[in-house]
Amino acid sequence: MHPRSTRRLVALTATTLAGALALTACGNGDGPAEEVAEDDFEAAMTTDTSLTFWTWVPDIQNQVDMFMEEYPAIDVEVVNVGQGADHYQQMRTALEAGSGFPDVTQIEFQYISSFRLGDNLLDLAPYVGDLSANYPEWVWSQVTVDDALYAIPQDTGPLGLLYREDLFAEAGIEVPTTWEEYAEAARTYREANPDGYITNMPGNDPGQFAGFMWQAGARPFGYDGEETVRIDLMSPEVQRVTQYWQDLIQEDLVAVDPDFTDQWYQGLANGVYASWPTAAWAPVFLQGTAGNTSGLWRATEIPQWEEGQNVSGNWGGSTNAVLSGTENPIAAAELARWINVEREPALRFANEQFLFPPSNEILQDADFLEEESEFYGGEQVNRKFAEISETVEVDFEWLPFMDYVYSSFGETVGSAIADRGDMMAALQAWNDDVIQYAESQGFTVE
Amino acid sequence: MSSTETQQKDRPGSRPPGRQKGERDRAPHDTGMRRREERAAYLFVLPFLIVFVAMLVVPLAYSGYLSFFRQRLIGATSFVGLENYVRAVQDQTFLDGVMRMVQFLLIQVPIMLTLSLVFALILDSGRLRLQRFVRLSIFVPYAVPGVIAALMWGYLYGRDFGPFAQVARALDMAPPQFLSHEVMLYSIMNIVTWSFVGYNMIIIFAALRAIPTELYEAARVDGAGEVRVAWSIKIPAVRPALLLTTIFSVIGTFQLFNEPNILRSIAPNVIGVGYTPNLYAYNLAFIGREINYAAAIAFLLGTVIMAVSYVVQLSALRKERRS
Repeated sequence: MHPRSTRRLVALTATTLAGALALTACGNGDGPAEEVAEDDFEAAMTTDTSLTFWTWVPDIQNQVDMFMEEYPAIDVEVVNVGQGADHYQQMRTALEAGSGFPDVTQIEFQYISSFRLGDNLLDLAPYVGDLSANYPEWVWSQVTVDDALYAIPQDTGPLGLLYREDLFAEAGIEVPTTWEEYAEAARTYREANPDGYITNMPGNDPGQFAGFMWQAGARPFGYDGEETVRIDLMSPEVQRVTQYWQDLIQEDLVAVDPDFTDQWYQGLANGVYASWPTAAWAPVFLQGTAGNTSGLWRATEIPQWEEGQNVSGNWGGSTNAVLSGTENPIAAAELARWINVEREPALRFANEQFLFPPSNEILQDADFLEEESEFYGGEQVNRKFAEISETVEVDFEWLPFMDYVYSSFGETVGSAIADRGDMMAALQAWNDDVIQYAESQGFTVE
Repeated sequence: MSSTETQQKDRPGSRPPGRQKGERDRAPHDTGMRRREERAAYLFVLPFLIVFVAMLVVPLAYSGYLSFFRQRLIGATSFVGLENYVRAVQDQTFLDGVMRMVQFLLIQVPIMLTLSLVFALILDSGRLRLQRFVRLSIFVPYAVPGVIAALMWGYLYGRDFGPFAQVARALDMAPPQFLSHEVMLYSIMNIVTWSFVGYNMIIIFAALRAIPTELYEAARVDGAGEVRVAWSIKIPAVRPALLLTTIFSVIGTFQLFNEPNILRSIAPNVIGVGYTPNLYAYNLAFIGREINYAAAIAFLLGTVIMAVSYVVQLSALRKERRS
């Protein structure tokens, strides 16, 4: 018994329509690309094919094995060429060389546009059918441009707040619901706890900062897919976020340690930081890092800019995309789709690899939602973040050179954070540097 | 010949000076055989030449070629002549990096080479027990890969849990800030010194073993003590080795990359993209995707290294001539 594939149903209806469509769409290059015919699909999936899949996701071999069981003719080789920056460097080198690049690849949301730039990504829409109903709107907008689908979402990172209930109670602070309350709580907390901070603001994590901008409604970046970019890091929303952290940092109400360092792990485990505004992938991560504090943490919504609001941003998350240079687009697209969309492998991502699921199906799955986490005092953390996922602002965009933007952040705003310096001046410097880079690279800056 | 031969017997492994010359003199072969020998010699160096050309000359020429162009994310590649070089000499980040390395050079290299020399002299004096063991333990850090060394020191330098910090805290003192803006360069100097003292020591030590012992005997007859022997005989005799290690150190300094790149992960806002020129070239190429400019930076850096090495060599030669 083959599990029923939504893709096939889509393809089937597509073939019946194909004849009619062909008549009307013929010669019209602007219309949506045609669906792949069921016959072609069957042929591609039963022909002996080798695919290469570059990814750093732990244990993703599990999903790939399931895929190969489903399609015995397809042989997938999983290759880990490094995580994040290393991975993209290898990709670019291979693409530049014109050979040795994978068929399917891991790409984080913010890097999709940098590979669109070179037309390196295959439009998956004709291969996988319409998946738009599967995802929250904001997730879908991250991977699509008009009718083109550039990647299949694998996990996301809606922003919430993880906090130490015991430390908050000791310091006598209520769980803050607005950023204003959070700043007050920071002050109270610091008075009660001179050795600790309510949180840490790292100077090396532009991803988190982007999430904060995202939540504040800022849209600092944009890219039209051609030669025009939008760079607006001096918008009131970005300034608001920057000024907020500037004040906290200047008053020594938050720590400024670089994150994902030993120092910082210790800070989480030893109660130096009493809370962490962070993404949906963090609850499980924290369990591994601060196992000794089990039962003391809770999860809640991220503080809001306006009272009564309920909006979130996103930090992290990743997708699988197919490179346009692949010789086996049908099989490659099916791999990207199957492991992320089919219920079994997707559930496994959520429950075994602890990737926070992007798809509505898993986000509404009872087993997933009702899991009670001892680390969080028996709270249903998944449910909390599933709710938050619905409140993430739509339409946050990226520049096609985020590696540079992030590196420049470290030199400017990040440096100001670490030195407890002038973040507003640094913000201006970041803005100017990114604009200058974009122009020197031949982009038109709006 | 006979005098050098006896020396060799005294000191196995030493290289008698002027041997090549002697060899030439005693090779009155006929021209045909000579030509055949020459051909064989070229044949023997051919494997090296192939690798040398393919792995060094070609990439070097290619990156030189690249440095005259500009490839942008949007638009075609264009020939820009020396524009990348003009930009580089005005690039504050690059210049700061070079100056930082000059500072590094002026402080770290003298300290490291002095230590190497002192260790080598002590070992050579033969007054140590467990001589082999000491020699090996000073050399062992060199065998630790640079990346591992940087990781290890990164841990030792830690502000909260590093052993230095813990000791300081136990003594009720403020933990030393090894990874701060002000101290970072010295912390890196320490890692590099720790790694390379042994390596330089071995080179100097080998040079010391090549000094004919007759000289010492003569000095002792004249009433010179161990210190005097070291100062007046040993150090002048190992000057070529010192020059060699100095030049190696100059090159190594300007090529500093691993240590700052690793420490960057624990002190990301202290070590910027252009902390060392090499790091800068790397970041330009792979983060900023400005391959052409990175090639120009690399070439300029090479020029700086050659210039500084030449100055070192020249001044050493001049000193030698004067003495």
